Amino acid sequence: MLGKLSWDAIPFDQPIPMAASLLMILAILAVLATVLLKGWGPYLWREWITSVDHKRIGVMYGLLALVMLLRGFTDAIMMRSQQALAAGDARGYLPPEHYDQIFSAHGTIMIFFVAMPFVIGLMNFIVPLQLGVRDVAFPVLNSISFWLTAAGVLLVNMSLVIGEFAKTGWLVYPPLSELAYSPGVGVDYYLWALQISGAGTLMTGINFTTTILKLRAPGMGYGRMPIFCWTALASNLLIIAAFPILTATFAMLLLDRYLGFHFFTTDGGGNAMMYINLIWAWGHPEVYILILPAFGVYSEVISTFSGKALFGYRSMVVATMAICMLSFMVWLHHFFTMGAGGDVNGVFGIATMIIAVPTGVKIFNWLFTMFGGRVRFTSPILWSLGFMCTFVIGGMTGVLLAVPPADFVLHNSLFLIAHFHNVIIGGVLFGAFAGYTYWFPKAFGFTLDERYGKAAFWFWLIGFYLAFMPLYLLGLMGATRRMQHYPETDWQPLMIVAMIGALFILAGILCIALQLYVSIRNRVALRDRTGDPWNGRTLEWSTASPPPPWNFAFLPHVQAPDAWWRMKQAGQHTSVPGAERQWHAITLPRNSPVGFFISFFAVISGFALIWHIWWMAIIGIAGMAASGLVHAWRIDSEIEIPAEEVAAFEQARQRSAAT
Amino acid sequence: MHDASDGHDTLHDHAPGGGRHTRGGVRTYLAGLGFAVVLTLASFWVASTQTIWGPSVPVLLAALAIGQMGVHVVFFLHISSGPDDTNNFLALAFGIFIVGLVVFGSMLIMSNLNSNNMTPMANGQMQMQR
Repeated sequence: MLGKLSWDAIPFDQPIPMAASLLMILAILAVLATVLLKGWGPYLWREWITSVDHKRIGVMYGLLALVMLLRGFTDAIMMRSQQALAAGDARGYLPPEHYDQIFSAHGTIMIFFVAMPFVIGLMNFIVPLQLGVRDVAFPVLNSISFWLTAAGVLLVNMSLVIGEFAKTGWLVYPPLSELAYSPGVGVDYYLWALQISGAGTLMTGINFTTTILKLRAPGMGYGRMPIFCWTALASNLLIIAAFPILTATFAMLLLDRYLGFHFFTTDGGGNAMMYINLIWAWGHPEVYILILPAFGVYSEVISTFSGKALFGYRSMVVATMAICMLSFMVWLHHFFTMGAGGDVNGVFGIATMIIAVPTGVKIFNWLFTMFGGRVRFTSPILWSLGFMCTFVIGGMTGVLLAVPPADFVLHNSLFLIAHFHNVIIGGVLFGAFAGYTYWFPKAFGFTLDERYGKAAFWFWLIGFYLAFMPLYLLGLMGATRRMQHYPETDWQPLMIVAMIGALFILAGILCIALQLYVSIRNRVALRDRTGDPWNGRTLEWSTASPPPPWNFAFLPHVQAPDAWWRMKQAGQHTSVPGAERQWHAITLPRNSPVGFFISFFAVISGFALIWHIWWMAIIGIAGMAASGLVHAWRIDSEIEIPAEEVAAFEQARQRSAAT
Repeated sequence: MHDASDGHDTLHDHAPGGGRHTRGGVRTYLAGLGFAVVLTLASFWVASTQTIWGPSVPVLLAALAIGQMGVHVVFFLHISSGPDDTNNFLALAFGIFIVGLVVFGSMLIMSNLNSNNMTPMANGQMQMQR
């Protein structure tokens, strides 16, 4: 009746997971109770859960990413403290089977459920506003994408309470992840959570590629598109090309585990090396899916706060698209040591080094943008400067690792761990925070507190260097990754320094939480009535903050790159009717709960498939199909905002900006 | 390029170019169906007949399959090299490029791994399994 599920699935005998689960359940209950007692339920349902507005969906992605950052960081600090303790004969406080789940969950959560939602959230919020349009190409699909991601998040977090998570590392390499060596439900939790959220990501990719290619404000040719939109286009093209590989690879592993196939098994003609080949054919483009939009954020931030147009716009676009293509030609460098010959390793090593060229072009473009400008040192620009210094180091260690003989020495060591944290924290996460601080006033109508913002930056920057520079050294000394304990007591001092770095990062995360709290408390003082608090250059700053559901009362006419800057100089405005224009009604897509319902049933079928509860899986899949069908037969798919409402909003905005 | 002209624009929840199904009309679809059926039957005939030299059968099947893809792209997906099809054409080119990279890259990598890691005897067994 309940498949493999029984009371044994709940780890009553392990205090740490039990306490963590209890805390998580209490937090969820507290949030639900607050919502119910305050009567916020109907509002949340109407305005957020069923919303198909790209801005609301973007905000929800961001919130999801911040919450999961806490979960992923909890895993991180547990690993650092374990390794700070478990030297010589000491064994630390985490048993190996629990430690293995922690490092697997940390990687999975940080990449799929922190970095991806953060980047996709920024794209959701900003891309349509920068393009000067009213929504993405497929608004309902956008909502479905978000809720499928949330479904994946829920499944991963359920594994904390019911059953276990994968103990195989974040990419579940076979043969370890095959049924013979991982008979538990951990790998199944991983696979189904990522299959469900991966489907959502793929739909996001299709949605945004279509939006950028087909929906742009009149006059916005490719040469006038803001650079963030270009990087978003490259990132979404990569999503479309890469995520099907991930889905297919996981599908083959699922067939191995559920139906006794032999794609990657050690017997029956399977070949585990094929899995590693395929997973990195997705995995390397994935790195660029994350970093390219972050590059876009830095470009916007540096250009705005330097008061100058971006230096070398065209070279930036060419570099972005070159990285987009090259990122598909280097994946073997993730497994140089698997046994390919010197010629094949050489080809991929050189291809990897070539990627450093367009990336270097970008660094110089940012430097020359600041050169001769009057740089305002706000927290977004601090994140950008911190990124440039840190990322150059990470990029150079990357080029070092791209040399196959060097990789034979350094692979699987803490040097590698330090390298990819160097580029992901120093690149993606700093970019996400820069974008978060930069665009927060656009989303909510008030700026974030600068003191806490700067404090957060310095704690993160110092914490990053303290936590990861020792790991470079340890890697050169021979420390491998994923150690639950180690015999060399010489390594312990550096491990302790790394843990102190993690504590600094904790302080940085607390500053970000406090910043949010303080800013909400002081929102009246921090209010921005102009809609353009930073003296911005692109179209998102031309509309109100927060933007109305229709974004623009009149679609802007774009005459040059940095469209809003030119309009400001020419004294034009997008929300005032010109001489020949009239207020008119605006048609918008109607909110729809279909994304929520499909994902609800996706969680049910995912959970059922993990635990082999076949009847429940059938109910879940039928529910998903039924939700889609009900939506397909909807009668009213659009709402009309009357011209008077548009006029009233825009006129009120003019008055408020004038005071 | 833009259906969002000034003023009375709306956002449509359907694919760009989705309103083009009138192009070509029924005749194009029937022609496409005809080609597709002929190519499918030809594939079955090639696979089952004895009149063709054995080793050439897979090559012929691959050629017919590529032809079949071409028929689908031209007659059913309506992708041409016309000026208003630039996006679709580029998307197709990008897709073919990536698929080619991944397929041929994987073949290169896996055959190189096999030739490096298999002892001659084990290599022989690999051949036997195929």
